[in-house]
Amino acid sequence: MRALTLRSSRFRQEREADWRRLEALVGRVEAGSVNRLADAELLELPELYRAAMSSLSTARSISLDSALIDYLESLCTRAYFVVYGARAKPLQRMARFFAVDWPAAVRGLWRETAFAAILLAAGIATAMVLVGRDPDWFFSFVPRELAGGRDPGATTAFLRATLYDPPESAEGLGVFATFLFTHNAQVAITAFSLGFAFGLPTALIVAYNGATMGAFIALFASRGLGFEAVGWLMIHGVTELFAVTLAAASGFRIGWSLAFPGADTRLESVRRAGREAALVMGGVVLMLMIAGVLEGFGRQLITSDLARYVIAAASLVLWCAYFYLPRGVRGAR
Amino acid sequence: MARADPVPAFPSKRVRAFVTPEGVDLRLVVAEASERASAFLLDAVIIVVGLVVFTIVSLVAAFAVGVERPGAEFIFSVLLLVFFVVRYGWFVFWELRPRAATPGKRITGLRVAARDGGRLTADAVFVRNAMRELEVFLPLTLLVMPATGVDALTRLFALIWIGVFVFFPLFNRDRLRVGDLVAGTWVVRAPRRRLLPDLAERPPPAYAAFAFTPEQAFAYGEQELHVLEEVLRGSDPKIRKAVARRIRAKIGWTPAPFEDDRAFLDAYYAALRGRLEGGLLLGRRKKNKFDLTGR
Repeated sequence: MRALTLRSSRFRQEREADWRRLEALVGRVEAGSVNRLADAELLELPELYRAAMSSLSTARSISLDSALIDYLESLCTRAYFVVYGARAKPLQRMARFFAVDWPAAVRGLWRETAFAAILLAAGIATAMVLVGRDPDWFFSFVPRELAGGRDPGATTAFLRATLYDPPESAEGLGVFATFLFTHNAQVAITAFSLGFAFGLPTALIVAYNGATMGAFIALFASRGLGFEAVGWLMIHGVTELFAVTLAAASGFRIGWSLAFPGADTRLESVRRAGREAALVMGGVVLMLMIAGVLEGFGRQLITSDLARYVIAAASLVLWCAYFYLPRGVRGAR
Repeated sequence: MARADPVPAFPSKRVRAFVTPEGVDLRLVVAEASERASAFLLDAVIIVVGLVVFTIVSLVAAFAVGVERPGAEFIFSVLLLVFFVVRYGWFVFWELRPRAATPGKRITGLRVAARDGGRLTADAVFVRNAMRELEVFLPLTLLVMPATGVDALTRLFALIWIGVFVFFPLFNRDRLRVGDLVAGTWVVRAPRRRLLPDLAERPPPAYAAFAFTPEQAFAYGEQELHVLEEVLRGSDPKIRKAVARRIRAKIGWTPAPFEDDRAFLDAYYAALRGRLEGGLLLGRRKKNKFDLTGR
């Protein structure tokens, strides 16, 4: 008769308490209470983790108890993700995002941003020229629902009224602003995700967005309301178009890295582009929120052309300064 | 595969080497497309049901306040925002938590991880979920879009083109969807397992009656040992009986009168495992009963 206790059983008996301790700690972290671990427990965690790792490799070579090995694999995997998981405090992470990461990512995308901006401008210009020559083009660029009666058939007085008249009551503005934000954010995220299709659909979305705006401007310009219409559009448009341009730029970056990975593998190149693009996109959603508020409230409540232009110019200067001015302090990477 | 895993709970071609800084291979198992689909459907059901309930509550509240009053406007704004936040935030919120899994993934025993073994960053989680727009919402929009003004051929092409993204996970080894690809993540199995009792650890009297000769204790290999382990952990006496009969016949064991199948199998399991593990220490693996290593 052999020794009654197998070597692998002894191995297990000696270490089982540690494994269970680790399991309990990992379970608590997974339940979201990492801050509730005492300092001593936080120090204990990596030690127990390393011990479990070494148990796993030993068990693999000496034990044939498959339940034990499965358990250790699962425990070690969970512990691995806890030990090497994200540790940054959300607030610090946010502060770093606004101070360093986001502007840096936007700067890194300047080529794509310039390209997207040119596309946007081309869309505006094309629509303006076409609609200016022949108003029938208007409906090619603007869906009827969006026009809301502001089409070539409308009277000049009506068009002027849409620019300045406050809505019947200011009460609907909150809903309106929220709607605009969610709608625009959706457009931006779509433009971004379509970048994966080598950027072509993104380019179409940007150019079409520009064309819609160009058509509006051309329509109002034909009634001598061009200056006023631009103010009406730009009070929020600067922020909104900037955001959409950045979203498209992120999409282009992804499409480009997919098509032309350079020295990296395609997978690695896309992954890297995705990381940068994600940073930009996180901020874009915030920009759109600001744009939604400006559009929903600002545009309806501020009816002076001058004030509208001032806000538009100020937002342009602010965003550009924020993104592109060189920083004195370099954030440690 | 170094480890002879005779009764794999999953096909071994889904196992990926994943070496931690400690130099241990965790052997992660990539989630199947079907598992991921069911995880997503579970999440979708939770979200849709939640939103429907929330909408009904909001509408009731709005009518209670009076639709024309400012309070109702506030409720509608909140409703719109909640729709947006849930649509984009649900997955991000859950995947940023330490378990890196949405409720759907938890139920199916999956989690998100960075492919390079590093940290799963907030950016990665954000981007993998932003891509859902392309993979889920756009196809849905396309399906419910009214067909007016678009000819069938255009629609067909659009569907095929979108289908590339929807079915992307089926066409790569790691079952990556487009979002995973761009974010540098993958979805792996991370089931929670309890530590089951050690079958070879029994009170000594149980073994007293069973003294196997070395030949008897060496009749099988690891593969059979693992099957025996499954049988012992199972609870079907019929299967145990059949297995006990097969083993007795194979090793030429004459059962004592009223010998308990369970006790016999326990003892034989301990003996076989002891013998095979003894071989392991000397670097000899006996894969199955046909393997003559270590004779």
